[in-house]
Amino acid sequence: MMRLPPFTYLAPRTVDEAARLLAEHGSRAMPVAGGTDLFPNMKRRQFEPEVLVGLGGIRGLAGVGGRAGEGLRIGATTTLTEVAEHPEVARHYPALATAAGLVSTPQLRNAGTIGGNVCVDTRCNYYNQSWEWRQAIGFCMKKDGDICLVAPGSPRCWAVSSSDTAPVLWSLGAEVSLVGTSGGRTIPIAALYRDDGINYLARRPDEVLTEIRLPPADGWRSCYLKLRRRGAFDFPVLGVAVAVRLDGDTVREARIVLGAVASLPREATAAGQALVGQRLTPEVITRVADLAAGPARPLDNTDYAHFYRKRMTRVFVTRALHSIAAGRDGGGAGAEAAP
Amino acid sequence: MSAVQPPTDAKTRFAVIGQPRPKIDAWAKVTGVTRFADDLVLPRMAHGKLLRSPHPHARIGRIDTGRARALPGVYAVITGHDLPRVKFGILPVSQDEEALCTEKVRMVGDAVAAVAAVDEETAERACRLIEVEYEPLPALMSIEESLAHPEVRIHEYGDGPNIHKMVALQFGDVEAGFAAADLVREDVFFYEGNTHLPMEQHAAVADWGPDGKLTLWSSTQTPHYVHRLLARILDVPAAHIRVIATPVGGGFGGKLDPFAHEIAACALSRRAGRPVKIALTREEVFYVHRGRHPVQMWIKTGFTRDGRITACHLRTWLDGGAYGSYGVASTFYTGVINPVTYQIPVYKFEGARVFTNKPPCGPKRGHGTPQPRFALEIQIDKAAEQLGLDPVEMRRRILVEPFTKTANHLTVTTIGLGECIDRVVQASGWRTKWKGWNNAEAASTAPRKRGIGFACSAYLTGAGTAVYWNSMPHSGVVLRADRSGAVTIQCGATDIGQGSDSILAYLPAEVLGLDPKDVHVHPADTALTPVDLGSYSSRVTLMCGMAAIQAAQRLRAALAAAVAARLGCSPDELVFRDGKVGRPGDREQALTFAQAVELGESMHGVLAFPGSYAPPRRAGKYKGGGVGPSPCYSYSACVVELTVDAETGEITLHDVWLAHDVGRALNPLLVEGQVEGSVYMGIGEALMEAQVFRKGLHKTPSMLEYKSPTTLETPEIHTILVETDDPEGPFGAKEAGQGPLLPVLPAIANAVYDAVGVRVDEVPITPEKILRGLELKRQGKPARVGPERLPLVRFKEAIVVESAFGQPAEAIAERPFWP
Amino acid sequence: MKARLTLTVNGEEHELLVPVHKTLLEVLREDLGLTGTKHGCELGECGTCTVLVDGQPVLSCLALPIMLQGRAVTTVEGLAVEGRLHPLQEAFAELGAAQCGYCTPGMLLAAQALLERCPGPTRNQIREALAGNLCRCTGYTKILDAVELAAMRMGARR
Repeated sequence: MMRLPPFTYLAPRTVDEAARLLAEHGSRAMPVAGGTDLFPNMKRRQFEPEVLVGLGGIRGLAGVGGRAGEGLRIGATTTLTEVAEHPEVARHYPALATAAGLVSTPQLRNAGTIGGNVCVDTRCNYYNQSWEWRQAIGFCMKKDGDICLVAPGSPRCWAVSSSDTAPVLWSLGAEVSLVGTSGGRTIPIAALYRDDGINYLARRPDEVLTEIRLPPADGWRSCYLKLRRRGAFDFPVLGVAVAVRLDGDTVREARIVLGAVASLPREATAAGQALVGQRLTPEVITRVADLAAGPARPLDNTDYAHFYRKRMTRVFVTRALHSIAAGRDGGGAGAEAAP
Repeated sequence: MSAVQPPTDAKTRFAVIGQPRPKIDAWAKVTGVTRFADDLVLPRMAHGKLLRSPHPHARIGRIDTGRARALPGVYAVITGHDLPRVKFGILPVSQDEEALCTEKVRMVGDAVAAVAAVDEETAERACRLIEVEYEPLPALMSIEESLAHPEVRIHEYGDGPNIHKMVALQFGDVEAGFAAADLVREDVFFYEGNTHLPMEQHAAVADWGPDGKLTLWSSTQTPHYVHRLLARILDVPAAHIRVIATPVGGGFGGKLDPFAHEIAACALSRRAGRPVKIALTREEVFYVHRGRHPVQMWIKTGFTRDGRITACHLRTWLDGGAYGSYGVASTFYTGVINPVTYQIPVYKFEGARVFTNKPPCGPKRGHGTPQPRFALEIQIDKAAEQLGLDPVEMRRRILVEPFTKTANHLTVTTIGLGECIDRVVQASGWRTKWKGWNNAEAASTAPRKRGIGFACSAYLTGAGTAVYWNSMPHSGVVLRADRSGAVTIQCGATDIGQGSDSILAYLPAEVLGLDPKDVHVHPADTALTPVDLGSYSSRVTLMCGMAAIQAAQRLRAALAAAVAARLGCSPDELVFRDGKVGRPGDREQALTFAQAVELGESMHGVLAFPGSYAPPRRAGKYKGGGVGPSPCYSYSACVVELTVDAETGEITLHDVWLAHDVGRALNPLLVEGQVEGSVYMGIGEALMEAQVFRKGLHKTPSMLEYKSPTTLETPEIHTILVETDDPEGPFGAKEAGQGPLLPVLPAIANAVYDAVGVRVDEVPITPEKILRGLELKRQGKPARVGPERLPLVRFKEAIVVESAFGQPAEAIAERPFWP
Repeated sequence: MKARLTLTVNGEEHELLVPVHKTLLEVLREDLGLTGTKHGCELGECGTCTVLVDGQPVLSCLALPIMLQGRAVTTVEGLAVEGRLHPLQEAFAELGAAQCGYCTPGMLLAAQALLERCPGPTRNQIREALAGNLCRCTGYTKILDAVELAAMRMGARR
C-alpha cells in the first residue's frame, strides 16, 4: 500500500496563526486543506514536508459570500462540490461551476477545495511518479534531480499547470487574497502564477490563500471547455476558458485563457482584444480562434499528443465562442459543445 | 433496465438451471465480508516488500543487504542466493524466471531482494538500504530493436536470437486457394499491448509453520499450478505445501503465473519464523503484468465474388516482454482460433514471439485471439465493400457448419452464430441504420457523425490440454452428503468473480433436487479440494461443472438405491425435486433429502463421491496440435453504434448489442454479467487502454494515466443470449467469460469507418489517429491509419498438414473418466 | 507523531492513538479491523476506498483521521441496520452487480449518498454519481440496474 511519510500535523484556528506556523517552519512546512493533491504527491515522495499546517479548522475560510451583483467571495477551503453546486455561482459564473464540477471525481470534489485547485501542483508525466520510478529514469529538476526530462538541456522545468478553475477565474477577472505574517494582500489571480514548473506560484511560503474574489457578474458570459480522455478522474490536458462581456450583441470586454498548455494559465491576449467591439459572427470566431491557438505551446508530458492538444485549442476556442453566441454558457467536455 | 427471462424450455425442464439468481457469495460481497488476500491478518504477521530493478536490462554484481538487516524492525532479508537456484516458468518449455534475480535483470520491476519487517514502512525503508551493483546492458524495447541486436541476448534459449518461439503451420494448399480467388487482400494491423488492471492488487500471505509445512494464501487464479511450482522453486515436498486461493478481486488472466511476491513471502516466512504478507502496490501490478501482447499482423485472404473465403494466410509478431510466461501458448492462439468461425478451406499460420526488456505478456481475457480477430473482421469488412456485399450477409453465408472440422483439425460442435447474427441485427436495427458502403454522414459537413459497425467472433470453452502434459482429470470434485440434508462440494476451482463457486452449487442442486443454499461449496484449497487446473481459458464452468454433475449423479444413484429399497420401487422411478425423493405423483410417501441420506448412509456407509472431468482427446495429429482444441466453441456477434466528432476525433459510444451463443445459460444473470464485462474490457482496449513504454520504463504505471473507462465512457450494453445446448457442456453450457470481448474492437473500428470513412487498422483508436485519417482523406489519399511496415523475421519452414476442413466430426467424443 | 483521536465510525466512537500520517483507509483496515473498505491505488485514482463522511462520499486513502474529528464516517459495514441489508445491498446481490466484489463497497457507498440526495435519479445521474468508482468486471451495467432498482424500492417504501 502506498503510504504517507511521517509528519507533524498542526491545526491552527486562525489565518494569522497559520501564517505564523508556516513562517516558523519555513520550507519544512506546507499548508493542507483537502489534501487531494498534496497527499498523493507526498505518497510518491514528490513532497516530503515535515510539518503540515491544516487549514480545515480555520473558521470562516469556507463558504461563498456576497451576491453576483457586487461580486462573490469564495473562501479558499470551500469544497469544489460546494462551488459547483452553489446556485449563485452556477447562474452568474457558469464556467466556474462547470470547471469545479469537472475536477476529477465526485469523491475528490467533496474533499478538494477551490484554494487547492487554484494552487494545484504543476504536473508532468516524468514527475507524477513514485520515488522508485523517478529513481529508475533519473530524477528531474522538480524533485531530487537537476535536469528536465521533457526538454533535456532546458534550464527550466516545464511541468504543466493543471487547474480547471484557474483559467476560468483568470478569464473572469478574479482576485485572490493572501495573508502572511506581514499582513494581507489582494492581487489579480493572473499575478499569482509564474511561468516556471517548479516555482509556479507567487505565494510566499508564509502566506495562506484565504479567498477568491469574483468581480460583479454584470453582463459577463462565460464558458469552459475541458479536454481529457475520460469524463472523470483525468486532469485537463487542455482547458479553454472564455469570458465575454456583451452589450447587446457586441463584445465590450473579453478574455480567453488557456489551461494545461504551459506552466501557468496562459491568456490569449491578442485573441481577447480582437473580440472587443465585434459581434460573435462565425468569421470573427474563426479569426479569434486562430489567434488564440498561438500561445498554446504544449509539450509531450501529459496524456494525449502535444500536437493534438495544440490543434484542439483552435477547435475548443471556436466552440466556446459559438456556445456563448448561442446562449449556451457553462461548457463541459469538448464534444458536448459540438455544433 | 434489463429484464432477465429464463429460456422457456429451461423453465419446465429444470428447477435451478436457467433461473436468474444471486450468486452464493453475493451477500458476503455486498456487505464487505468477503476476505481478500490483503484482508487476512495472522498473529505475529510480518510485512514484506520486494526490491525491484530500476534498469530494463543489466547484469547484477554484488548485492549488499547488511544495512537493511541492521535496521530495527527488520526480521529477514533475502536475495536469490538464499533460494534454490532453479529457474521456473508456468510452461514446461519456458523455464526462464527467477523469483529474485541473481545474474541479470531483464526489465524495470524485476525483483532482486525481499525484506520482511514489523510493518510495511520499515520493510520499504530496508529495501532502500540494500545496495545492488548493476552493470547496465543495452535495453531492447521493441520487436524491431530485439531483432536488430542479436548480439544482445535477453535469454540464451529460444528459436533464434531474442526470438522466444516460432510457429509455422500450413493446412492444405493456400497458394492454390489464392489462385482460385476473385479478390485477394493483404492487410496489416497492429494491436497495442494492454493490461488486466484488476481492482485488487495482488497479495499473498505465507505461513511456514514450525512443523515444516507451508501454507500460502494468495490472490491467484490457479492454486494448483502455484502449488506444483512452489515445491520445485523452494525445493520442498509438494506434500508439505498447502495453497489456498483467496477470493480473487479481479483476475482476467493477470493472476495465473507463480509470482515473485508469493515465492518471496514463503521464503521470508521460513527465515523470519512468522507469517509474512506481501501486498503489491498498483505500480508493481503493472510490472507483474502478463497481459495482452502487442501484436503486429499481416493477413492475406482470398475471396470469391460472392464473399466465400478460398484461403487465408496469417502472420503474427508478438512482443513478448522479458519472460516466456504463457507466451508459447499465446503465440499459437494468435493463429489457431480464427478458423472456427468462417469456412476457411485452407489455412496457413506463421507466428513469432520476440523477447524485449519489458514486463512479460501473457494471458489476458481472450488470450492471443482478440488480435487476429481484429485483423480478420476488419479485413472481411474491407473485402465486403470491395465486392459490394452487405457485411452481415456476407458473413452469414460463410459460417462453419456444425459438427465439422476446420482446416486446422479443430472440432466444431454446435454453432449458434447464425442465430446470434440474426438477433443482434434485429435488436440493433442494423437494417435501417446501416446505409450501405457510402454513408452520407461521412460526407456531411456536420462535425458529429454517427456510424454503425458489425463483427463476429468465437472462443474456446476450455483448453483441451493442461499446461503440463498428463492424463489425469482437468477438474475434480468430491461431493459428500450430510445427515442434515445438506451436501458439501469440494473443488479446486477458483472464483475470480465469474461465479464458479455458484456453479458448483447449482449443478448438484439441480441433479439432487436441492436448493443451491443446501450446498456448501469449499473451493480452491490444495489440501482439501481435488485439483482443478485454474480459472483460465474459459474452462471452469464446463470442466468443474461436468465433474460436479458426475459426482452428483453418483450420489443420486446411491441414494436412489436406498430409497427404492425402502419404498419398494425401482430406483429409476424416483424423482429428486424440491428437497424430496420419491415416486412421481406420490408426495405423501416421498422422503426428505435428509431421510434419504440416512437410508443411504445405512446402506452404503459414508456418502462421498468423486467426479472427474477431462476434455475429449481431439488434438490434431501434428506438432502444435495441442493448442486450440476445446470441448466446444462459443460464438458472438456484435453491433456497435457510435458518434465520431470529426473536429476533435473523439468517439462517443451509444450502444453495444452483443448476442452470444453460450450453449445454455446455467444462470442467465451471470452469463449477462460476463458478456457485459467482456464488452467493457473490449471497449477499453479499443479506445484507450495501452501499456506503453518510454526510456526503458512503463510510461504510465498508475490508475490515473492507464486509462480505464468509467461509467461515463461505457455505453448501454444490450445482451442477447443464444442457446444451442451443446452436447459437450454441462446441461449444454459453453463459455461466456472471454469470447464476447473479441468482436467489440473490430465492430468499433468498422463503425468508425462507417461514420467518417477512416480505417484505423490499429488499437487503441485514438482521436489523434482519427484526425490523421481525416487529414489523409482531405488530401485525397487512402484514409487509412495503421502500421506501415512489418518486422523482418524469416519464419521457419511450415509443417504442412492436410486440411481437415469440412470433415464430419463425431457428435459426442469419448471423454476420459466419463461413463 | 502520534495523535490521540476520537473517530466515529458507523455510529460507534473509537478512541485511538495512531500515527498522524496514517490515512483513514489504513486506520479503518489496520486499527479498527474494518477490512470491508478496499483499496486499489491509494492515490485517489480509482474510488475503491470510498467511504462516507457526514453522508458525502470521500476517498479514505486521501483522508486523515485527525481532520475528521467530530464527523461521522460510514463504511460498508455500517450500511446494514440491525441485520437488515440496505436496499442497495439487496439489489446489488440480486442483480449480480458484484462480480469479484472488490469495488462493491465503494460503489455501494457512492450510490447510497446519491439516493440520499436524489431519491429518483435518472440513469445519467447515476452514471455521474458513480463516475469516480472504477469497476473492471461488470461494465457497470448491472450496477446501474441495481441502483435503479434500489431507488425504485426505496421510493415505494417512502
